[in-house]
Amino acid sequence: MSFPWARQYEPKNAVTKFLDEKLPLPRLVYNAVGAGYPVPRNLSYFWNFGVLAGFFLVVQIVTGVVLAMHYAANAQVAFATTEHIMRDVNWGWLMRYAHANGASFFFIVVYLHIFRGLFYSSYKAPREMIWLLGVVIFLLMMATAFMGYVLPWGQMSFWGAKVITGLFGAIPLVGEPIQVWLLGGFAPDNASLNRFFSLHFLLPFVIAGVVILHIWALHIPGSSNPTGVEVKSESDTVPFHPYYTAKDGFGLGIALLAYFALVFFLPNALGHPDNYIEANPLSTPAHIVPEWYFWPFYAILRAFTVDFILPAKLWGVIAMFASILLWFFLPWLDKSPVRSGHYRPLFRKFFWFGLIPAMIILFICGGAPAEEPYVMLSQIATAYYFIHFLVILPIISSVEKPEELPYSITEAVLGSDKKMVKGENAEPAV
Amino acid sequence: MADTTATANPEDGVRRRDFLDIAAVSAAGIGGLAVVYPLVSQMAPSKDVLAASSTEVDVSAIEPGQAIKAVFRKQPLFVKRLTAAEIAAANATPADSLRDPQTLAERTKEGHEDMLVTMGVCTHLGCVPLGAAEGEVKGEYGGYFCPCHGSHYDTAGRIRKGPAPTNLEVPEYEFISDTVIQVG
Repeated sequence: MSFPWARQYEPKNAVTKFLDEKLPLPRLVYNAVGAGYPVPRNLSYFWNFGVLAGFFLVVQIVTGVVLAMHYAANAQVAFATTEHIMRDVNWGWLMRYAHANGASFFFIVVYLHIFRGLFYSSYKAPREMIWLLGVVIFLLMMATAFMGYVLPWGQMSFWGAKVITGLFGAIPLVGEPIQVWLLGGFAPDNASLNRFFSLHFLLPFVIAGVVILHIWALHIPGSSNPTGVEVKSESDTVPFHPYYTAKDGFGLGIALLAYFALVFFLPNALGHPDNYIEANPLSTPAHIVPEWYFWPFYAILRAFTVDFILPAKLWGVIAMFASILLWFFLPWLDKSPVRSGHYRPLFRKFFWFGLIPAMIILFICGGAPAEEPYVMLSQIATAYYFIHFLVILPIISSVEKPEELPYSITEAVLGSDKKMVKGENAEPAV
Repeated sequence: MADTTATANPEDGVRRRDFLDIAAVSAAGIGGLAVVYPLVSQMAPSKDVLAASSTEVDVSAIEPGQAIKAVFRKQPLFVKRLTAAEIAAANATPADSLRDPQTLAERTKEGHEDMLVTMGVCTHLGCVPLGAAEGEVKGEYGGYFCPCHGSHYDTAGRIRKGPAPTNLEVPEYEFISDTVIQVG
């Protein structure tokens, strides 16, 4: 969909005229991310992260295909071919570090993208489908990143594979057969490494497919904006190109500076040194932790230490999966008609002083050893996390008295909206 | 011919064509399953993995208080000779009070109560617990400690604290002589 005032595509020369009649691809691009797509004029820098996530998906696919030209998915040689890439392949060190840190940056921008959506309730009607597809992308990303980390066949690779497939082993009755099926054996070995390589190659293309659906779903209602007030008239919007292509390009420049500062000067800062030790099936490293972007969920997994009806192990697995799966229900848990956290005093307090600290505590605890006080802290933070989404959010959305919303995006930006003065547009301001 | 006009209405009752529809869809469904099954089953352990055989371990050199790590089906196997104090500690704990009730005698072979043979695989998510090699942390109960999620096992390899649901698994094994065990 687009707004009635969207600019119309007009093929100018013989080639584009020919194309427009046979396969209107330039028209599609023009209407999707070109001058034919009107976007709210008040988007802040928090709206840059979707484009950045798309960019890092492309970085990962390109560097990934390059690395697959030199890597061999065999337990005998996987570790050695990774070092071969680092030492012998032209620019191999750059490709590997770009891919490894690219995963970190992909998660950084996606986390910011998600928390933008949580604060501005971008998941609310009419944008539920965008949110649901986003959660699917996030789950696929986690699976892909996990399998990629297994490939170098270092210590963290091996033991990560063992623990993550062990999660499925916790399912009653069918769990163990599923784990053996996933691994192709009774412990991670050649069969596991081989199939993880195949799936690690496949999944990014599945992600790319879901990203297309994600963008398609976004273009039906159009972008949300920091006020949460829907677009009413032409003065509320500007064409995507050149206004947001330029702004996104600027944001991309900043992100690339940070990314390459890391790739060139601190390429191992976010990795774990134990993954430079070749996999040893007989010894688990004493300080095993997952990659940083899994820490909050890892903390939830091991917050459960007491059997209660179900074994603690199963509780941990259920809670960890539930902590993400409950995002699927978010559009129906938060019933407040006001979208933006800027106009929701109670919501805002619980977001900044409840959810964000809980996530930070979970993040810290996930990276810390399984000792006190970290176990207790992660138990408290896990409890808060679930209570926040399942109890607090539904309650505040019914008891909260929102602050006064601007009449329109134009008013929020310019202080007045001529159409409102003239009374031409009398829709309620939500 | 009143009754023929009643059955002639194609909207009434079950027609032979409905059966054809069901039969055709069923045949296609069975065909689909026959395609999916091998695509799923190829990921299960292959013949060479399943052919993993048994292992013999010489336990004569293990002194009381020491343990060795052997390999059984590509997974670590702990063989530990317990000291008198460790046996006493294991027997002093009433089995009923445990998460996974088992006595030391149930976990060892008769006449070899000092020889504890277990998988070195934490029953939580499969890490190798510490405590077998010299200088490793043995946990709060003097047995094994899993560094992944903090499970503590006692001197008999029984789960005492942390998220692991069961005791360290005792694989099938037997003494084929006084000093050699055959596992598997």
